[in-house]
Amino acid sequence: MLAATVRVTRDLDLAEECVQDAYAKALTAWPATGIPRNTGAWLTTTARRRALDLLRRQATAARALPLLVENSLDEAEPQRRTGGIADDRLRLVFVCCHPTLSRDAQVALTLRLLCGLSTAEVARAFLVGEPTMSARITRAKKKIAQARIPYRVPAPAELPGRVASVCEVVHLLFTTGHAAPTGTELIRRDLVERALDLARMLHTLLPGSADVAGLLALILLTDARRDARLDEHGQPVQLAEQNRGRWDHGAITEGVALARDALRARPPGRFALMAAIAAVHDEAESWDATDWREIVGLYDLLVDLWPSPVVALNRAVAVGFADGPAAGLAALDPLADERQLAGYGYLAAARAEFLARLGRIRDARAAYEEALRLTGNAAERAHLARRLDELTE
Amino acid sequence: MAQYLVLIYDDEDTLAAADPQASDELLAEHRRFASANGTSVRGGNALQPTAAATSIRPDGAGGFSVTDAPFAETKEALVGYYLVDADDLDEAVAIAEQVPTLAGGVEVRPVLTFD
Repeated sequence: MLAATVRVTRDLDLAEECVQDAYAKALTAWPATGIPRNTGAWLTTTARRRALDLLRRQATAARALPLLVENSLDEAEPQRRTGGIADDRLRLVFVCCHPTLSRDAQVALTLRLLCGLSTAEVARAFLVGEPTMSARITRAKKKIAQARIPYRVPAPAELPGRVASVCEVVHLLFTTGHAAPTGTELIRRDLVERALDLARMLHTLLPGSADVAGLLALILLTDARRDARLDEHGQPVQLAEQNRGRWDHGAITEGVALARDALRARPPGRFALMAAIAAVHDEAESWDATDWREIVGLYDLLVDLWPSPVVALNRAVAVGFADGPAAGLAALDPLADERQLAGYGYLAAARAEFLARLGRIRDARAAYEEALRLTGNAAERAHLARRLDELTE
Repeated sequence: MAQYLVLIYDDEDTLAAADPQASDELLAEHRRFASANGTSVRGGNALQPTAAATSIRPDGAGGFSVTDAPFAETKEALVGYYLVDADDLDEAVAIAEQVPTLAGGVEVRPVLTFD
């Protein structure tokens, strides 16, 4: 609805205002007239009418907004290939994730405008104060208007680069929700749902994009384990101990099919490889039956494509399971000096795990204590504390 | 249609140290850029080095403080500019990407127009 209204106004603030007006009107009109058959269309039409009205008034007041008003205010604009509303949403995605906006602004705008979160909710999601988030969103909207960031789907030639940036934003939303970096809960269900919705929408709008298929596959295959990730006390359950019967097998089937499609691209993209790794886990009958060699092989490809210390860390953990804890420790060693991992509790937790398996209890204890110091999430801290308690010399 | 100022920032030392052939080549690249974007480029110039710059600031007491320096001191200095017409930021960025520099880059700023 917002997307369709922005098409008329070219002004995000004005469009938001009109959409809110439409909801307010519905509250007064519907009790009298009855709820219309197509409520979405009713609201969209009302919002767009309000926008046209306001814009005409502005025009007669000679306060022309040449940058923001589209010439053809009426429905004259030909519907594009993907059809009106879908195309509007897609354009809004590309505005929110435009590469000339900062990543912070991209994420904030996406949550605010595409997911419909309030500024307060966006602020809470990223643990910043509401005034800070409000300023960030305002600044981004100003840049869109003043620098004239276009409200359109990029040309085919620029599409791959732009889709990559959109996928990054959606993936960031998902990872933030999947393992909340701080706070009391491990899973931020709202963010996970938003990311899944966005990925589904993108896949519907851009069915030919392997990046998008890979991203949707990755989210489905990771989120399929959601119900098994926490026990009845809300404590995290490691992959090894999860009740695989509680995994969402419908999501796994869908994710595996999508991952297969995504892997057909040559060379396979980052999200396709990550989805493939998740698929190997999800398709294993049990922890012991996990094909660790396959996983290490996929990580080798991923490290080439996306050489990040976090990927290297995950690869080292997989090596530990494929070739034993000593090999795992050896693979972790070179990461000790990575600046990016310095504040990252997972490195210490992984070392602790392998040290415990090797029977080096004192070293394991120290590593668990370090992991505890570095982990901000309460649920994860509880898990680490439990592992530390279980260690007996 | 909007106007954007493409500000060219470059390392003055690198520019000064460039041999004649490299300087000629840079100039030729600018000519190629300007003719390839003839319909968009409304104006532009190279600037004399920042050594020739004078900054003037009101001193808050009705007078001015005049200093023998560019307004902002950074490693890269403003060495030239183009004024271009573009439909939107995407087009402006596409044009700006073609502006040649030796050891710097460009900044795109929308021009504010007053009614």
